[in-house]
Amino acid sequence: MPLASYIGLSAVLFVIGVLGVLLKRNALVMFMSIELMLNAVNVALAAFARHHGGLDGQIFVFFVMAVAAAEAAVGLAIFIALFRLRKTTDVTEFNLMRW
Amino acid sequence: MSLETLLASFATVMALVSALLVVWQRSAVVSALFLVLNLGSVAILFLTLGGEFLAAVQVIVYAGAIMVLFLFVIMLLNPAPPKQRFASGPVVTGLTFGLGVVFVAALVRGVMSLAGSGQEMSAVGPGYGSTRSIGELLFTDYLYPFELTGVLLLVAMVGAVVLARRQHHEEV
Repeated sequence: MPLASYIGLSAVLFVIGVLGVLLKRNALVMFMSIELMLNAVNVALAAFARHHGGLDGQIFVFFVMAVAAAEAAVGLAIFIALFRLRKTTDVTEFNLMRW
Repeated sequence: MSLETLLASFATVMALVSALLVVWQRSAVVSALFLVLNLGSVAILFLTLGGEFLAAVQVIVYAGAIMVLFLFVIMLLNPAPPKQRFASGPVVTGLTFGLGVVFVAALVRGVMSLAGSGQEMSAVGPGYGSTRSIGELLFTDYLYPFELTGVLLLVAMVGAVVLARRQHHEEV
């Protein structure tokens, strides 16, 4: 496939992720949408790396995956702590910082 | 049509459909399973881009470790499926989807404007994207970022334990 189809796919996947974060009310599904966005960026990085024939883009994908793993662990721990407090994962119920 | 193109097209369609279903599903568990499908499709795309190491890491780390963590937390918390599919009413939801379509159209148009300027992938050697070549780069040019990633993962691990620990207010 040419470069443009990979980048186009990446753009569409990213927007689907954005829509998920904007529209869903379950915090866990919003978090999964963030993973979708990270993956969309990874596709673009790998495609550009292949386009230029270098490996630096693939190294960057590797680092993005490591950061995503760290982010998932901490984020899910935050959701567990929030669930203990509020007994729900519905983001419309979280208003601790609203006054 | 070569096998590679066929595989890439198949993975593209799978990735798009599964991503839409992640957002569309009401149940968090089903969303998570479709996300696993999406991550698998992206792994196939990495393969067609010559990233065999990345494809393996994608399956092991993302589809394996991270998604198991997600499913574990979903089943631990077991939140009731919401009555509504989306947080807002139909008008706001429709408007957001419309804006999304406009955004995609703008992005794709931007990508297509590149179409004339040498879009063909450059030729690469047989060792491109192999574990060996990635490893060589990681331990030479990218040594410090690589070591810092180790520290980051340690911090994340400690942070997750501290955050998820049950706090005994009466004892402290």
